[in-house]
Amino acid sequence: MRLNVVDTDRCVGCQVCMFACSRLHGQPGLGANRIAVRSAGGMERGFVAVVCRACADPPCAAVCPNDALAPRKGGGVLLKPDLCTGCGHCRTACPVGAVFWDEKDQKPMICVHCGYCARHCPHEVLAAEES
Amino acid sequence: MLPQDTLANVLYVDLSRRRHRTERREDLFRKNLGGAGAAAQLLAENCPEGTDPFSPDNPIILATGPLCGLFPLASKTVAMFKSPHTGNLGESHAGGRSSVALRMAGYGAVVITGANEKPGYLAVHGDKVHFRDARALWGMGSLFTAGRVIRENEPGPGLRSIMRIGRAGENLITYASVTTESYRHFGRLGLGAVFGSKRLKAVVLSGQRGLPVADLKGYRDLYEEIHRAAVESPAMKKYHDLGTPENVRPLNKLGGLPVRNLAAAGDERAEAISGERMAEGYLGRRLACTHCPVGCVHIAALREPYEREAYFYKTSMISYDYEPTYSMGSMLGVFQPEGLLKLLDAVEKVGLDSMSAGVALAWATEAFEKKLISVTETQGVILSWGDVPAYQLAIKHLVSRSNEFYTLLGRGVMAASGKYGGREYALAFGGNEMPGYHTGPGAHLGYLFGARHSHLDNAGYSADQKNLGKEPPPPEKLVSGLVAEEEWRQVLSSLVLCFFARGLYPPETVSRALECCGFDMNADQLKALGKDVLRTKYAFKVREGFDPRAESLPERIFQTPAPGGAIDRGYVERAISAYRKELGL
Repeated sequence: MRLNVVDTDRCVGCQVCMFACSRLHGQPGLGANRIAVRSAGGMERGFVAVVCRACADPPCAAVCPNDALAPRKGGGVLLKPDLCTGCGHCRTACPVGAVFWDEKDQKPMICVHCGYCARHCPHEVLAAEES
Repeated sequence: MLPQDTLANVLYVDLSRRRHRTERREDLFRKNLGGAGAAAQLLAENCPEGTDPFSPDNPIILATGPLCGLFPLASKTVAMFKSPHTGNLGESHAGGRSSVALRMAGYGAVVITGANEKPGYLAVHGDKVHFRDARALWGMGSLFTAGRVIRENEPGPGLRSIMRIGRAGENLITYASVTTESYRHFGRLGLGAVFGSKRLKAVVLSGQRGLPVADLKGYRDLYEEIHRAAVESPAMKKYHDLGTPENVRPLNKLGGLPVRNLAAAGDERAEAISGERMAEGYLGRRLACTHCPVGCVHIAALREPYEREAYFYKTSMISYDYEPTYSMGSMLGVFQPEGLLKLLDAVEKVGLDSMSAGVALAWATEAFEKKLISVTETQGVILSWGDVPAYQLAIKHLVSRSNEFYTLLGRGVMAASGKYGGREYALAFGGNEMPGYHTGPGAHLGYLFGARHSHLDNAGYSADQKNLGKEPPPPEKLVSGLVAEEEWRQVLSSLVLCFFARGLYPPETVSRALECCGFDMNADQLKALGKDVLRTKYAFKVREGFDPRAESLPERIFQTPAPGGAIDRGYVERAISAYRKELGL
C-alpha cells in the first residue's frame, strides 16, 4: 500500500486528513500528523498536500548516520526509534518536506502509508493504492 | 474539563503597554464551555459600562471551545466587543482556520485591550507573543496584498490564521469587517473598526499540539460516527455543491428575496445570480474551514479584459455567498453575475461588511431617486438600480469618507436617514442592516430581538417558511419558538460548532462529545446553559441602553408583501409584547 495524492485540485483545505493522522497516532488534535495541507500561496490559489512519496531510494534513509530508517516494502521507510539520535538530517534531506518532527521526543515522524487519512478525505484528493 | 487542557488558558494582551499575560480560567470554561458563553462572560468582566467603542478600553475578545480541534465542524471563532455600529453588544463569528489556530496556539480565548501608538499587528505563535510593526501595511488598497505580506513574514504556513482589516477598518467605518484566510469574515457589527481604532492591522495565530481526551477509543468511535454522518448528510452535500447561494432560487420563487431596497421581494432576473447559474458560469474553487469536510465556501473566477490593451486579461478569485448576493445583488438591482462579482471584490478588498454596505447603498439609491439627496451629496455619483460602475465609485467615496454624506453612510442607514430622512425605508433593526430574508414576521422579529440582530440568532426565516400555507401560530407561540432556538444556538456557539452542523449535533451527541473532553453535562444542563448565556448577553445589552420600547420596525416591511401576504401590524405588536415578556425586558 502506498498513499497517493490523486488530485490536489479537488482539495478544499479542510485538513481532515491531518486530524485523522494525528488521531490515529494517539494524539487527537494536531500533535502527531505525518501529512500536511497548506495553501499554495494564499487561499485564492488552492492547496498543496505534503505527503511522503514512498521513494524507491529514499534520501532520508541515505543520510541517516545510524540506519534508524529502514527501507519499507512498497517504498518509503520505517523508523527504528531505538537507533535514532534525533540528529534531524533526514528532515533536511527530504525535498518535499514530508519528514515531520516530534518536538517532544526529538525524532522524525514519517508516513507509514496506512491509508487512514485517505479513508477520511471527503473529496477524493488522497487514495491508498497498491504499490 | 480535563486538567491538562490548554483551553482554560486566556491570553490577555495590552497593546498600550505592550504587555501580555496568560491566566488559567478553568472556572470560566467549566461553567460556560467556551465560544459565546466564555466570551460573554469575558466581555462583562473587561468592558466597563458606557465604554466608548473606539476607546482603548473596548476589549476585543476571541474565543474557541472544547470540541474545536477534536470534532468536525467545531470551526468557528466567536468575537465579542462593544459594537461601534450599534453602540451595544458586538458579536461576530468567523471560520477559516481561526478557531483551530487559536486552540492549537494553546488558548481558549484572547482578550485584547489598549491601543497601538503606531500601526502594528499582533503575532501569537504558541506561547510566543510578538508586537509587530504594520506602518507599511496601513492604507494599503487591497486586503489581499496585506495578507500576502504578513504571510511572507510569519511562520506557520498551513497552521495559522491571519485576521486582518482593510481601509474600511482603518477609516473607522462602523461596519468594517475583519477578514481571515482571504475569504472568511467577522463580518457584522464593526469588529474591523474596533481593530482600526486600536491601530491593529492584524492578529496572527498559530500553533500545533495534541489535545487530551478522557478515553481515546471512545473518542475515536464517536468521531467516526459524526464524521460519517457529516459526509453522508444531504444538507451537507447541498452546501458543498452550490454553497449558501443555493438559497437564491427558492427564496426568489417564494417571494422572500429583497429586491431594490425591498421595494419588491422577488425578480425574475434574479435567476441569473442564482447558485446554479453562478456555479455553472464562474465557480473556480471551493474552500473549507479547518476540520470541516463540507467545504461550503464558493470562489468565483472572474476573467476581465483590460480596456486599453488588447489580449491582456486579469483573473480574480472572488468569494460569493447568499447574503452578499442579496445585499450587493438583488438589493441593488444588480442581476448581472459579473457586475455582482465586481462589487463583491470591491468590498472584499477594503474590508467592508457586504451586508450593511449593500443595504446602505440601497437606501442611498432610493433616497437619491426620491430627491432627498442629490449629486451634491454623492459627489457627482448618479445612483441608480443596477449601475455597477456608480456603485463602485460610491464604495470608494464611502470608504474614504469623502464628505459628510459618505461619512454618515459609513455609519449605516440609521445615521444617514437621521440626517436626510427616509427612515421608513432605512432597513435596519436594532441599528443593524437587514439580512436577506423577507419571509414573514418571524424573520423581522428575529432581527429586532436577536441579541446580535442577525438572521442567524434565531432563524426566524425558517419559522416563517415552516408556517407557510398554514394558519399562523399565535404570536406568543412564534416568539417562544424563536427564543428557544436562540437559546440552543448559544450552546452551539459556545461549542463553536458551525450552525450548518446543528443537525449533526443534537443535545445527546453534544453531551457525548463533551464527555470526551471531560465535561459532564446532560441535555437539560446544556439547555439551562443556553438560557443563561442569552440572559448574560441581554444583561449587557440592557446595561448599554438597549430599550425594546424605543426600537421600531422600518415601515417598508409592512408595505412589501412577504410570501404569506402583507405582514400584519397587530400580529407583530402582540409578538413584540410577547418577546419583551419572554426576555424579561
